[in-house]
Amino acid sequence: MDRFLDQFFNLEVMAKYLPDVAAGFVVTIQLALSVIVTGLTLGLALAVIRAFQIRPVNWLIILFVDLFRALPPLVILIIFYFGLPFIGLTMSAFVISWLVLAFVLASFAEEIYWAGITSVNRGQWEASRSTGLGFTQTLFYVVIPQAIRMTIPPLTNRTIAITKNTALASVVTVEEMLTVAQTSLAYAANTSPLTMAAVGYLLIFFPLTMASRWVESRYAWKR
Amino acid sequence: MAQTTAAPRYVVEAYDIHKSFGDFEALKGVNLTVAPQELVFIIGPSGSGKSTMLRCCNLLEQPSRGVVKITGEEITHRGVDINKVRQRIGMVFQQFNLYPHMSALGNVSLALRKVKKMARSEAEDRAHAALTRVGLDDKAGNHPTELSGGQQQRVAIARAIAMEPDVILFDEPTSALDPELVGSVLEVMRELRESGMTMVVVSHEMRFARDAADRVIFMDGGLVVEEGTPERVFTDARSDRLKAFLTSVTGH
Amino acid sequence: MLDWEVIKFSFFNADSLREIYPLLLSGWWMTIKLCLAVVPLGFCFGVFLATVHSFRIRGLNVCLVVFVDFFRSIPPLVLLIYVTYGLPFFGWDVPPFAAVLVAFTFNSGSYYGEIVRAGIESIPAGQMEAARSTGLTRVQAMTYVILPQALRNVAPDLTSNTIELIKATSIASVVALPELLRMGRVAQGLVYNATPLMAAAAIYLVMLWPIVRLLSRLERRMMSAR
Repeated sequence: MDRFLDQFFNLEVMAKYLPDVAAGFVVTIQLALSVIVTGLTLGLALAVIRAFQIRPVNWLIILFVDLFRALPPLVILIIFYFGLPFIGLTMSAFVISWLVLAFVLASFAEEIYWAGITSVNRGQWEASRSTGLGFTQTLFYVVIPQAIRMTIPPLTNRTIAITKNTALASVVTVEEMLTVAQTSLAYAANTSPLTMAAVGYLLIFFPLTMASRWVESRYAWKR
Repeated sequence: MAQTTAAPRYVVEAYDIHKSFGDFEALKGVNLTVAPQELVFIIGPSGSGKSTMLRCCNLLEQPSRGVVKITGEEITHRGVDINKVRQRIGMVFQQFNLYPHMSALGNVSLALRKVKKMARSEAEDRAHAALTRVGLDDKAGNHPTELSGGQQQRVAIARAIAMEPDVILFDEPTSALDPELVGSVLEVMRELRESGMTMVVVSHEMRFARDAADRVIFMDGGLVVEEGTPERVFTDARSDRLKAFLTSVTGH
Repeated sequence: MLDWEVIKFSFFNADSLREIYPLLLSGWWMTIKLCLAVVPLGFCFGVFLATVHSFRIRGLNVCLVVFVDFFRSIPPLVLLIYVTYGLPFFGWDVPPFAAVLVAFTFNSGSYYGEIVRAGIESIPAGQMEAARSTGLTRVQAMTYVILPQALRNVAPDLTSNTIELIKATSIASVVALPELLRMGRVAQGLVYNATPLMAAAAIYLVMLWPIVRLLSRLERRMMSAR
């Protein structure tokens, strides 16, 4: 037992590496927030564009969305990270991780928003159009508000699941929490920094996961 | 478009309306004219094309052939701003189609603000007035889910009259209601009629048709089979199809 | 300006592909083995969690919720590294495959568990009562009456979670398990261009794109039906 505690919960080691892990924690939060804001916004924008039903544009959107949903995010991340320099594009690992995860989130979000938009009853369109509101006005004032409400539970879950992937950025050496913890682990020959990182992730995601349960019951489907 | 200035002879004119869905011909050349302040009732068995005909009047269904005019202005030719025309044609639906994310007041005032571009306070004053007319101003802050079916339908009527349209189309307004809620909706429609609103009603409420309608049109198989005063249509049916229909709905 | 020749050489290099394709195939095979092991394990664990939850034992259910939310909150990569690099310090030599199995069973089991639980809760209580009234035990009623309906109700969510799990197996590359992504990266080191990565991505696409397409139809239908 002592050996276990010493290996995983060594207070001395923890104290020593706390500042480093804390710095990584901040990077993780920055990355997560950037991904959430841009991903959800881009996803909504794509769904709105898709609603206008312009054939070639829709094909492009579907292609984009399908690619980012079918490929493992780590594969996309590595292709961007190692592949882009071959065509002369160099971006920081943070920017690449942000973009890739935002694209992934946007793709899932687009599908969810789109499912929400198409599930709004035809009668809502007709009622709105019969009062003289145009297509775009109906979309923005009548359909999207209802669609978004319907999509809140699946969107919350998906956002949490994808935002957890910020840990993947450690593979392309972004100095986020997991990277820092692994480096510290190697220096200290002790697992405690990793424990701290795990606690860090729990601090961020455990409350969110619990909250998503509440959201699910609050916005349960009802007509 | 210039002919809209003089008082038009008809509010709604529809000539030779055809409508097909794939192979199915729902309308096979229907004419309909509605004079100002007239209440025209359309009856007929389900599948007779009566709802489709109604929806052609504000182009929720685009007719395959034929001409629709509203207060003399042809709306079926290309280049007409249909959103402008629809401001002048109210519509009330079988399923109410209230916006669930807005209060009754929001439902009524949305088009006033976004189509008529009224300021919020002006739109809300107008919406309150419309809700008062249907007897529901005390429910202005309630959302549709908090209202009974009859109340929802009256809010939907308020949404239509708030736009001060030239005509209101009613598409089976009481069919989705429990029997005890039908009366309140019919009452509102009766008052509307007395105030001089032009109305076209598709409905199975024969008693209402009898004592409120100016003219009854019987449709079957995508065609107008008979039309006339309620007296004439209900007591002096000439075609077998109308006789059969009247027997089936009155039950004797 | 983008130079098409450079792109072709770096990303779609046929010579490189010819050189390294055996590596990719072996990686693919490993990924398939991994999926064949981890999908049933995670699924069964999830059904187990949901079934236990449905018995409504107050104290136990609180523990279950915390357990499930714990594993839904920890990124699988963190869990995997913890298992892989933590346990050897005890002198336990955990083979990467086993480490991956453990980490993914707990992680995906928690997600599967939540989905199955929602499915079970979607079945009216009358079903259980009817089954029990005919003399079936609780477990029998669960197995023959409730679960078959529950699983069908949440089939799209189960499919979507399975896709996520298959995609997540690529994370095993980080702990040197020679699966598809790992072999793609090894091959990339040999030929010095991104072609092996593109080929690996293509293999993932072949496996998953049809399911993704099918799923987005299913999901849209489900949302419209509600």
